[in-house]
Amino acid sequence: MERSIYRSHILICGGTGCVSSGCKTVKVALEKSLKKFNLNHEIKIIETGCHGFCEKGPILVFYPEGVFYCEVTPEAVDNLVEEHILKGRIVEELLFTEPITNKNIPSYTEIDFYKKQKRNILDNCGKIDPESIEEYVATGGYESIGQVLTYMSPEEVIDEIKQSGLRGRGGGGFPTGLKWQFARKSESDKKYIICNADEGDPGAFMDRSLLEGDPHRIIEGMIIAGYAIGANEGYIYVRAEYPLAINRLQIALNQANDYGLLGENLFSSGFNFKLQIKAGAGAFVCGEETALMNSIEGKRGMPRPRPPFPAENGLWGYSTNINNVETFANVPYIMSIGADEYSKVGTENSTGTKVFALTGKINNTGLAEVPMGITMREIIYDIGGGIHENKKFKAVQIGGPSGGCLPEELLDLKVDYDSLIKAGAMMGSGGLVVMDEDTCMVDVARFFLNFTQSESCGKCTPCREGTKRMLNILKRITSGEGKTGDIELLERLAKMIKKTSLCGLGQTAPNPVLSTLKYFRHEYESHINEHLCPAGECKDLMNGYIIDDEDCIGCTACSSVCPTDAINGERKEVHTINKQLCISCGACVTKCPVDAIDQA
Amino acid sequence: MKSLDELKELREKSLKSIQTRSTDNKPRIIIGMGTCGIAAGARKVMNAILEEVKDKELDIVITQTGCIGMCEKEPLIDVEMPNKPRITYGHVTPDNVKEIIREHIINGNIVESLAIAKLES
Repeated sequence: MERSIYRSHILICGGTGCVSSGCKTVKVALEKSLKKFNLNHEIKIIETGCHGFCEKGPILVFYPEGVFYCEVTPEAVDNLVEEHILKGRIVEELLFTEPITNKNIPSYTEIDFYKKQKRNILDNCGKIDPESIEEYVATGGYESIGQVLTYMSPEEVIDEIKQSGLRGRGGGGFPTGLKWQFARKSESDKKYIICNADEGDPGAFMDRSLLEGDPHRIIEGMIIAGYAIGANEGYIYVRAEYPLAINRLQIALNQANDYGLLGENLFSSGFNFKLQIKAGAGAFVCGEETALMNSIEGKRGMPRPRPPFPAENGLWGYSTNINNVETFANVPYIMSIGADEYSKVGTENSTGTKVFALTGKINNTGLAEVPMGITMREIIYDIGGGIHENKKFKAVQIGGPSGGCLPEELLDLKVDYDSLIKAGAMMGSGGLVVMDEDTCMVDVARFFLNFTQSESCGKCTPCREGTKRMLNILKRITSGEGKTGDIELLERLAKMIKKTSLCGLGQTAPNPVLSTLKYFRHEYESHINEHLCPAGECKDLMNGYIIDDEDCIGCTACSSVCPTDAINGERKEVHTINKQLCISCGACVTKCPVDAIDQA
Repeated sequence: MKSLDELKELREKSLKSIQTRSTDNKPRIIIGMGTCGIAAGARKVMNAILEEVKDKELDIVITQTGCIGMCEKEPLIDVEMPNKPRITYGHVTPDNVKEIIREHIINGNIVESLAIAKLES
């Protein structure tokens, strides 16, 4: 029999980020330590979903005090238990240290990373046990679907969602209520709801964290959508590379079935709904809705022309409504607080919040939920803690391979669907890759195009052949063999591919090239005309490094890291680099304390 | 799930499982668990408090603190009702716990015979 009162709960983050930083071994150590101090009957350990602060994992939060410990190792656990639980003393060295002020912050809510966020959708992530339906219900879960089925008609639900202004969180930003209305009005013997959890953008993990941290919220959103459009069956299409998400989702589905929250005659309303998981093989193109449906049907994951749209001719020819994970996660929240209250957050045409995955050269890597309309600067500097190693910000890639790179001049741009499109990027699913002064923008474009090129399904010629041509040109430029006219050719190809490709993958694949050409054209030009990579990243364009003899202080830091022993010089005397031996790796540049090393 | 009432019932039953994670507007008991407190028997007091809280099905915050300097009066516990001053009780024994919880937490009366200090919140 479990004891009903635990004086303290220790929440240990069990998101994929913390699993890879070792939370499982910390959990085992914690269990052992509690036993050792004979505390296992009064302290409860709960494994939660992602706290969002993946940079600092493994993360532990001690309640009721709400003390936030980060980067906890198994070796530190005994001391932590003895000090905090037994003696009531906070363990300073495991607290989070704010990167700018160097202050130790004990409380969760006081950390800058969390202070500027508005965690409406991620509210439960990191707070409840995702494998317990009871904890979800305790936070008010399944109340929305109960209210909807007891008091509302499907049309009223659609009106509420329309009024809330919710737009698809997967990328395009199509109004969700309108999408539901199309599916509602479409005549079909059978209808389907699909949750698109085929999150494929490099550096994006919002949907995974939601599925891992609060799976019941997605299920509840899907049941509401099913009722609204008149569907009795649904699929969650999630990539097989997300084993933890699939596992937690399956547990959640089983629990919902056991409690009769899925199945027949829900809340005595006569409405039936069943849900199942379809694991995809992880092809990027399957995030495109028609390719996704083909994949569920057991066919090759290739898109088909639209129209007809899925609302008319979807899964197995029936009317189908597809929304993204985060979109569904918003639905129970909207129904519980009401459309008016919901639309108070955000901007006029982009209401609510958006979850972003912060990655790249940023101090606080992790997951952040912010109100729409916040500036990029606030996300990167206030929440993200600025650029790694105090380097200079160069660009941020938003929207994954379909999005674009925004330069420093646009840091004060308000982040919402329409202003991002205007700036040549897109909201996408919410991946933010931050780049610093050492990143070559031509190489970034090459990286993303390489990704879309290899993920192109090959069905239509512009995408299959066009992206390959573009990639070849970019490879040529980054290896120092760029020709006059390459930029113009890239632009012509890009426009052609955008106009003529069959699906979203091809239509957006040139975006990273176009946006880097728009804002960083000079970098392309110097690669082609001067055979120079301004960021020093393209090795083929490098002629080695030289040390400025006026700045060098002879500290020997550079010579000790040089992998080829190319740097000579006595201590306290000016050092020199042997050109024959230098391989332009740049290791010395990062070590030099006085910035005395430059490209030759 | 047949009705909203059934859901409500489940929610009320489940709330207990997460109540430790919220501290808003709840009575707090803070137990002195420094070396001095432990030596004087704070663990036994802590266990008695846990038993009593479970028994009376109370929703309160139980937390611990280190030595506050009055080692002579250990075991020390502080009781703080929402928006009320914090009262320190000294020389607490497991037998006193029932009285403190009944009088102070449930009825809102300070147990004068055991109280040794008052801290304005």
